[in-house]
Amino acid sequence: MASDVVIRVHKLSKHYRLGVINHGTLYRDLQSWWAKARGKHDPNTTLGGTWSHSRFRTEGDIFRALEDVSFEVRRGEILGIIGGNGAGKSTLLKVLSRITAPTSGWIGLSGRVASLLEVGTGFHPELTGRENVFLSGAILGMSRREISQKFDEIVDFAEISQFIDTPVKRYSSGMYVRLAFSVAAHLESEILLVDEVLAVGDISFQRKCLGKMEDIVSGGRTILFVSHNMAAIENLCTRALVLKEGRVDFHGEVKEGIRHYYDYFGETKGNNLEGAARTGDGRARITDVWFSDAEGNQLTILKSGQEIQLHICVDPVAENCRNLILAAGVTTLQGEGVLHLSTETGGLVVPHLDARSVFTCTLPRLTLRGGYYSMNLFLSSNGIVADWLQDTFRFQVEDADFYGTGKLPPEGYSTFLADFSWAVTKE
Amino acid sequence: MSSEDSPNPEEWDVVIAPRRKIVDLDLPSVWRYRDLIWMFFKRDFITFYKQTILGPLWYLIQPTLTALTYFVIFGKIANISTDGLPPFVFYMSGIALWTYFAVCLTNNAEIFSKNAQLFGKVYFPRLVVPISVVMSGMVAFVIQFALLLVVVIGFLLAGTDLRMYWIASPLVLLLVLYVACLGMSIGLVVSALTVRFRDLAFATGFVTQLWMFASPVVYPYSQVPEKYRFFFYFNPMTAPIESLRSLMFGTDGIGISIWLSNIAITLVLLILGLVLFTRAESNAMDTV
Repeated sequence: MASDVVIRVHKLSKHYRLGVINHGTLYRDLQSWWAKARGKHDPNTTLGGTWSHSRFRTEGDIFRALEDVSFEVRRGEILGIIGGNGAGKSTLLKVLSRITAPTSGWIGLSGRVASLLEVGTGFHPELTGRENVFLSGAILGMSRREISQKFDEIVDFAEISQFIDTPVKRYSSGMYVRLAFSVAAHLESEILLVDEVLAVGDISFQRKCLGKMEDIVSGGRTILFVSHNMAAIENLCTRALVLKEGRVDFHGEVKEGIRHYYDYFGETKGNNLEGAARTGDGRARITDVWFSDAEGNQLTILKSGQEIQLHICVDPVAENCRNLILAAGVTTLQGEGVLHLSTETGGLVVPHLDARSVFTCTLPRLTLRGGYYSMNLFLSSNGIVADWLQDTFRFQVEDADFYGTGKLPPEGYSTFLADFSWAVTKE
Repeated sequence: MSSEDSPNPEEWDVVIAPRRKIVDLDLPSVWRYRDLIWMFFKRDFITFYKQTILGPLWYLIQPTLTALTYFVIFGKIANISTDGLPPFVFYMSGIALWTYFAVCLTNNAEIFSKNAQLFGKVYFPRLVVPISVVMSGMVAFVIQFALLLVVVIGFLLAGTDLRMYWIASPLVLLLVLYVACLGMSIGLVVSALTVRFRDLAFATGFVTQLWMFASPVVYPYSQVPEKYRFFFYFNPMTAPIESLRSLMFGTDGIGISIWLSNIAITLVLLILGLVLFTRAESNAMDTV
């Protein structure tokens, strides 16, 4: 075997039991046991249909968070782990960092492993920065001597030297994050597992973290990096692992991995509402959703600045569908709200719905910037939730010449495009 | 090339695989994390001082007031013998050891729920936490024990008929280690069970409280009627409390047979605690 393979994951599976074996209290366990002993129906079994995962991923009460995952990582690689929500990324990192044990398969690791699944793990607010550096370092596996040697470096990197003897409860959140990341970044490990920690802190510090991670790699260390931030993945990683419903969907070159990941969204684009997770009393259902241009031609990719129409098809299941409110919430893939298009704010009153109808929302000029977005759909009747679908409909927007000047705001300076005009007049 | 389906332990520094062994006690890695034990101990110590107004004084007030209460209720009203010792010395010695036991037990019993945040985010040998809990509890014991010695010296100076065997004091350390071990073992058993049965957590404090009255804290073993004595063979806290008094003050104490039976029970509990705890730790984060 080539000795430069530092991580090997072999047929790794992690299954969770969906709360039938155990109900969390002795009383309920005894109750279930008693019911079974008398041949009666267990009063504590979960009713079917509440789990939103696809059928082949759950079998009885077993949920397959990871299934037959195998891959290898070589020394000095930065492997970006990508996948949609619930694809198994976090579970994989948890198994790799030994927080939870696998169900079957094995992982071999060469060298010391440090995992950074959260910034500031083990920080205690009452303790000073100095005390927390030692505590947090020890939790991450550093010896006291090691921390003492690196102490000045850690504090300098975090840029908080004058507050080092202040309790961290008085720190700003930025200072807190900087100190916490700094401790972890100075850990001397051959393998570093990082989960989305770059999502915190201000932009300049994020750049610094990315820089530090690049230093780490040039020092011959290996990084596994989970992120939703495709830009960071593309800049930083040398390889990509795409997970899809607990399985390895792709493992290879980064750009191709990202394309693969987006293709997966392409598959779920459009009329994929049947298998979606729904809540609500179901007296009316959202059955279809699509975008079109002003002429009604269906669109799969939107362009900023374009006139678009969002069509949502609603089917009244029960008779009494009164005072309907329909809303479409556009979010980033990380779930941050971007746009909220509601009939209530839009001034459309629907006193009664007695037949299948299409609601159309017109956006004269799409103000979203290029990127991937997700949509939540919400329908209520008489103030009661009738149908609520989350993260079901994903779509892509491409940057276009919104201003007719051939120019757009630089990346990272605007999430939105606004209509504006400049003028200059002499006073 | 090694066999694909099972890892070659020579090839890797760390192998992560499903837990198959019944006991998987990784003491070398606990030793490697010894600095963490010390840091947890220091954290508990520092935060305790920072959060209470009375600070370490609290450690002195609590046993003094408890001893005073027992003195009034059990000594004066119920008139229970104190084995010829001054009541204060009798009660304080019992209370110091019992409090340490109760702290080791109850604090260890809630390890998983209290550390869920930490355990869910970072790996370290989980056994580090119970060890640091036992060490933190030791601080209070040392302070209470010092208070007991001050009281003893006070009685000696006042010319009371009290014999103090200073030479036996180092042996007290062995008793303390025994109590720490026992408290931790029961705490570990409970902590592992509370992962599955959360309602057990409520019972712990209550049962511990009742248990005190089943132990010779407020009464001496010598006063127990013959027909109930067999019961004390099964209470592993009998031997240390009685022995503390007989070592230091020369009371009658208990026979070797109770000691042997108590030690046997403690060993069984220790093994059971370690087995259940190491089993619970690998999957506790899936349920908590």
